[in-house]
Amino acid sequence: MNHYETVFILNPVLSDKQIEEAVKKYVSLLESNKSKVSHKEDWGLKKLAYPIQNKNSGFYHLLQFESDAEVINSLEVEFRRDERIMRFLTVKLDIHALEWADKRKKRNLSKVKA
Amino acid sequence: MSKIEEQSSGKKEGQIRYLTPLNIDTNIKKKYCRFKRSGIKYVDYKDPNFLIKFVNEQGKILPRRLTGTSLKYQRKVSVAVKRARHLALMPYVGDLLK
Repeated sequence: MNHYETVFILNPVLSDKQIEEAVKKYVSLLESNKSKVSHKEDWGLKKLAYPIQNKNSGFYHLLQFESDAEVINSLEVEFRRDERIMRFLTVKLDIHALEWADKRKKRNLSKVKA
Repeated sequence: MSKIEEQSSGKKEGQIRYLTPLNIDTNIKKKYCRFKRSGIKYVDYKDPNFLIKFVNEQGKILPRRLTGTSLKYQRKVSVAVKRARHLALMPYVGDLLK
């Protein structure tokens, strides 16, 4: 089992419901492959630094999970097939990255509270 | 005219000589690796506001000799910047970024 983190950009024309559905789809895909989703993050609608598929904004979502290496391949295949997804990036987390991710989570929590 | 000619022909009269060397400040501030100094172990690609310090206004990655970053962290910075570019958090080509 390794720790991974994936960020994906959803098409900005989708409705809130469709976005929720898309995120849920990938979470359930991961969970059905015996991986543990430890953290979900919604960055909301963000402006892109350059246009992708003639769109200037997108919904950013982040998933942090623990899974076997083979799962990543099937996850990325799903990402590629999905038309709602404009970009994705999956990264393996090492010790320092995990440490940083925990720090980040705490900081975000305190921001929400404040 | 004659004075200039004298100078160019190498005669000593027009030259200024100093008994003590001029006090030119040669202690240029030494560069340092900000990751080593502040103990950052992981360069996050999700934070474009931080990574912007390592690119010029066109969005190109700055060399180590300008930023002072150590080789170990320069490699991590360059990977992080490239990841951020892929996710459209930073531009591949830009203008007036700063």
